[in-house]
Amino acid sequence: MRARLALLVIGLALLAAAPPVAALFNQPFYVDLLRRVMIFAIAALSLNLILGYGGMVSFGHAAYLGIGGYAVAILSFYGINNGFVQLGVTVVASALVALVIGAVSIRTSGIYFIMITLAFTQMLYFLGISLDVYGGDDGMRLATRSDFGGLIDLADSTTFYYLVLGVMVLFLYVIHRIVNSRFGMVIRAAKSNEARTRAIGFSPYPYRLAAFVVAGAMCGVAGLLFVNHTAYLTPDYMHWTRSGEIMFMVILGGIGTTTGPVLGAFVLLLLEDVLAGWTEHWQIILGPFLILVVLFARRGLAGLLPGSDARD
Amino acid sequence: MNAILVVEQVLNGLQFGVMLFLMAAGLTLVFGIMNLVNLAHGSMYMVGAYLAVAATQWTGSYLAGIVLGLAGTLLVGVVVEVVTLRTLYERDHLDQVLATFGLILFFNELVAIVWGRAALFSDIPQVLSGHVDLMGNLRYPVYRLTIIIVGLLVALLLWVVVTRTRLGMLIRAGASNRTMVSALGVNIRLLYTVVFGFGAVLAGLAGLMAGPIYAVQPGMGELILIQVFVVIVIGGIGSIRGALAGAIIVGMVDTMGRAFLKPLLGALISPTAAESAGPALASMLIYLLMAVVLALRPEGLFPAKGH
Repeated sequence: MRARLALLVIGLALLAAAPPVAALFNQPFYVDLLRRVMIFAIAALSLNLILGYGGMVSFGHAAYLGIGGYAVAILSFYGINNGFVQLGVTVVASALVALVIGAVSIRTSGIYFIMITLAFTQMLYFLGISLDVYGGDDGMRLATRSDFGGLIDLADSTTFYYLVLGVMVLFLYVIHRIVNSRFGMVIRAAKSNEARTRAIGFSPYPYRLAAFVVAGAMCGVAGLLFVNHTAYLTPDYMHWTRSGEIMFMVILGGIGTTTGPVLGAFVLLLLEDVLAGWTEHWQIILGPFLILVVLFARRGLAGLLPGSDARD
Repeated sequence: MNAILVVEQVLNGLQFGVMLFLMAAGLTLVFGIMNLVNLAHGSMYMVGAYLAVAATQWTGSYLAGIVLGLAGTLLVGVVVEVVTLRTLYERDHLDQVLATFGLILFFNELVAIVWGRAALFSDIPQVLSGHVDLMGNLRYPVYRLTIIIVGLLVALLLWVVVTRTRLGMLIRAGASNRTMVSALGVNIRLLYTVVFGFGAVLAGLAGLMAGPIYAVQPGMGELILIQVFVVIVIGGIGSIRGALAGAIIVGMVDTMGRAFLKPLLGALISPTAAESAGPALASMLIYLLMAVVLALRPEGLFPAKGH
């Protein structure tokens, strides 16, 4: 446990040191890359809350990335660039969408749960395509980034980087607190044995739904950051392969571990970047890699790190 | 909106429905018997379409293209089952979803390397081109009619195989209690490979028939795959009867929605609003249907026994 904490602190220190180092070698590209990776790490963290700890295999988590993106882009389209307003709308909208999707989906389980979450995300995806006013299939450019009243300037690459890092650390801490709280114990109990959980007097449904909503809202924030990062919004934010990718980050890093999803996001996206620089057909390597990880690294990369036994 | 248009759209819906059924039958069998969620089923559809196009060009004969395409898909399916999927049967659905997601990436890229990313177009053979006159002045393409007939024949064949043959008996037994089946001395691994290969061939058949109607391109499998999942979830996973019912329902709802939702909405609300809302609602319709079905009957319309 202590070894893990040390690793986490070292990792975060390295991330914090990245912008000045990149500036030193005049490689601003890497700041952008790491920022993107961390945004996905946030999305993966939020999915891990329901997938890793709650046992809810949501195959539609990219929906909230889209909701966050659309909330910012649509508000900006009508001239509302205030970041705090956008943040509020993002959180409320993604929480509401998660509430609706969760209320229906959590009644089902197993493969049906996987498929119904996918179906809802497909609905939102097609809704996005049909919104001609907001660019339809092609998407639209985000003319102005979220404006946090001079407090945080997102146009500045380094400032934005530290904001993303800060949000990631905050969410790591929040999720750590949630899963170790009484509430977290209930969703973890319901995952490992639903019948017993009921027998000791908890109905899992409201707890699961609450976790689902929290995860949705968190991923919405990742969407807000992502649309500011790319400055361009397309329905592809909600494409089902994106959901698959986020899910893979969680599995790769280590399902149901605090820092696993972050690790997974880093390894997957950096690997993608390296492979894409190497060959145009990088997916032919990534695909089998995915299969090998599933077949052989059953506890994810976090399972290979020191101190992992203490958590199982 | 006249009667002829409606009949034509019903036929189109049926054609799409049987196509979905060919895909859904394999997927639902594999799920019912091996308890495997196979996202790569769409890849078999794509492989079938590509192999048929390539073989037709190579031999110059449409029939040879079909035979070689199906044989090739069978081979690919069996190799995939033996190499990767076999180890996944005992795993949970999450692992299966991810590993087969990896297979999708692999196959899409492989096809892009071999045939390029641009869409291929395959021709309808001479015999099947043209139209037939159905009732009054409705002229319907022979090719689409052929698809309907082939699909219904396959459904009949499946029914005979599953209910009237020894293989079908083993399949049904495997679906309800596989430990018992293997305890009785049945080579269950071989049975799995046979079932998977069979499903792959059906998917390949759907793919090669889809070739002349839709474009043959990398990623074509995923477009239909998600709709096929809607089909089997609505029908009840593991049930062939459910797959057929679900396929026809989804085929009809989707086709009707695309054809009639816009004019219908136009009559209710303003035509300009219907212009954008119509197509959006039409593409969402089947997912909406699935959500409603699952909310009311979480096991689907025809839940398979023994699950």
